[in-house]
Amino acid sequence: MVQDADDITRFRADIRAWLDANCPQEMRDGAVDEDSICWGGKNWNFTSEAQKTWLERCAAAGYTVPTWPKEYGGAGLNRDQEKVFYDELARINARRPLQSFGIWMLGPALLHFGTDAQKLHFLPPIARGEIRWCQGYSEPGAGSDLASVQTRAEDKGDHWLVNGQKVWTSYADKADWIFALLRTDKDAPKHKGISFVLIDMESEGVSTRPIRLISGASPFCETFFDNVKVPKSYGAEIPAQVGEVNRGWDVAKYLLTHEREMISGSAMLAGSGRSLGAILSESGHLDDPILRADAMRAEIDELAFGLTLERYKDQSESGQGTGDASAMLKYVGTELNKARQELIMSGAGSDALEWDDGRAPLWLRSKANSIEGGTSEVMLSILSRRVLGLPG
Amino acid sequence: MLADAARGFLDEATPVARLRALRDAGQTHDPALWQEMALMGWAGVLVPEAAGGADMGFAAANVLAEEMGKSLSASPFLSTAVIAATALRQVSDARATEAMRAIAEGGRTYALAIDEGAKHDPEATTLRAERVGNGFRLTGEKRFVVDGGFVDRLLVLARTDDGLTLFDIPADRAGIARDAQPMIDSRDAARIRFSGVEATGEDVLGQVDDAMTVLAPALRAGQAALAAEMTGLAAGAFGLTLGYLKERKQFGVLIGGFQALQHRAAHLWCDCEVTASAILHAGRMLDNDPANAALAVSLAKARASQTAQLAVQEGVQMHGGIGMTDAFDMGFYMKRARVGAEWLGDYGYHAGVVARLRGF
Repeated sequence: MVQDADDITRFRADIRAWLDANCPQEMRDGAVDEDSICWGGKNWNFTSEAQKTWLERCAAAGYTVPTWPKEYGGAGLNRDQEKVFYDELARINARRPLQSFGIWMLGPALLHFGTDAQKLHFLPPIARGEIRWCQGYSEPGAGSDLASVQTRAEDKGDHWLVNGQKVWTSYADKADWIFALLRTDKDAPKHKGISFVLIDMESEGVSTRPIRLISGASPFCETFFDNVKVPKSYGAEIPAQVGEVNRGWDVAKYLLTHEREMISGSAMLAGSGRSLGAILSESGHLDDPILRADAMRAEIDELAFGLTLERYKDQSESGQGTGDASAMLKYVGTELNKARQELIMSGAGSDALEWDDGRAPLWLRSKANSIEGGTSEVMLSILSRRVLGLPG
Repeated sequence: MLADAARGFLDEATPVARLRALRDAGQTHDPALWQEMALMGWAGVLVPEAAGGADMGFAAANVLAEEMGKSLSASPFLSTAVIAATALRQVSDARATEAMRAIAEGGRTYALAIDEGAKHDPEATTLRAERVGNGFRLTGEKRFVVDGGFVDRLLVLARTDDGLTLFDIPADRAGIARDAQPMIDSRDAARIRFSGVEATGEDVLGQVDDAMTVLAPALRAGQAALAAEMTGLAAGAFGLTLGYLKERKQFGVLIGGFQALQHRAAHLWCDCEVTASAILHAGRMLDNDPANAALAVSLAKARASQTAQLAVQEGVQMHGGIGMTDAFDMGFYMKRARVGAEWLGDYGYHAGVVARLRGF
């Protein structure tokens, strides 16, 4: 995987030149928050002409999904090249051109489990930012116990008849399609009767309702399926489900592991942000000895965790994968991020208590980090059974 | 690979039982073991090949220290092969080369006489090296000189007219009184009194009034290797604990099936993994960018102290009563963890370094 140093140097020069010529100035503001980066989809309202131009240019070059094969809308970069690409983006403070659950989750599932025709049908619109996907996993009765999903898909010959409810569907109200875990065999053991099904959100009978969170935002929805007819096929060799019918749990498990590994790049985890010392120095309260000591401990743990992220990333890039140990990254990183947000609030004192200040919503939002994508307790149970070999 | 080779030897030669036997015999040093380690090239792990060493680098030294920590192998590896060798390496004159050759052969051991109070604080040195003619006269006392009771030579940090100076002198020179104190970890740390000890310019390692050019890299190497040892110690203690969770039954079931213990064990494993990253990073920085390694080293030492202490505390608690008995090995791990946490700077000392370098 590691390339000749000259090749990488040449590649870096090419990327640098491409970015110079193609990245609009307005997109070089270093914004990383969820609202500044384009999510794509039919209903996306570009915040500026520059945002649209940036997406189009990147999509044309395959840079929205740099490592995907070219035939599916990617640039076919290897891991070393991908790293160079993102280094160079960071060097000029460029925003990512596109973010989506299609890129992070459905794409990897299709690349791993999909038919060739499925990949050709679904991946390029994700890469171009034309179709926005959401993830239909959790249900009111299936949170940590995800395999208890009850949303039914009845076999009606040429289509599935879907009834039930999903919850915590991120941005379901803005998405065009959903990938959902549905129960296709209610008599099989709970892990064996689930399918991973792709559904158009415009289908009759699909409705969504945003859930207002303590942070004031509503990134999650309830999603209802009321006699929704889902065709079993979207064309030749393009089944509605990914992987085999009733084997959707394999796909879900793969994605959950992948998700935990992907989380390593997300704002959900501590370890890659600015120094807590620098942040708290600005707010001017580091002279409080208790706050200072707590912040020093947090700084040490964050630095060590940041190194751990890098170590696991290197490991996974050298093909070893992180597998179940990714539960450790999820557990430690989210707990550290919660502690970090607490310290930032403490340091800011009453300044951070006004909604407009902006720190409180981030602090409140962080409380979900150790719940979403598998709770800290589920992570510890996974580790104790699968890594430590303790009795289930 | 180095780790596997080291593990093979250490499991055979120095299980915890060897430390226990040493303690029961009332001894704090195991010369035969050090000779065996020297034969394998460990004494010369940081000595240049030209001086007869293996010159394997700091990351490799850390690997060895970590493996030694797993089974609590007692030797002057840190004070001699890591700290003294690194200090000598900063001074590439013929005498230093000869000293390194002797270290690599296992024929010469060193201890670092640096601290005078209960906490690591080189800058607070008061031991005086007074100018007398062309030489010096050393007066004062050093405490917590690890391995100081049995080694051949001492690196002594002393205050001179315009700064600090590092001396390299034989431990039996006239005027030196060594009071070897067995520590809680069954190893040796001496209190050493210097009463007008004569030294010449030849005995100065590096330059007069400039100890840190030589000493700072040696301290960093020692701190990193000690951190590695403590990470190994944590892994060793955790291994015992995990084994016990899988064999001990209460209420008719394996206690490892209880979620309360599972989650604590998993948390401890996570803590060990995160610290392991800091150790690897410190080794890489010392090898590749030593001038900027201070942050990485202090991060490693702070994390390792914390992880080792968590591992031994959880170790005793999860073992229950048997963990409190001398017949069981966990106590040896706990005592070594306490000594390691203090030596060469405790958590607060290294947290302070991290904070200074991170904009606090």
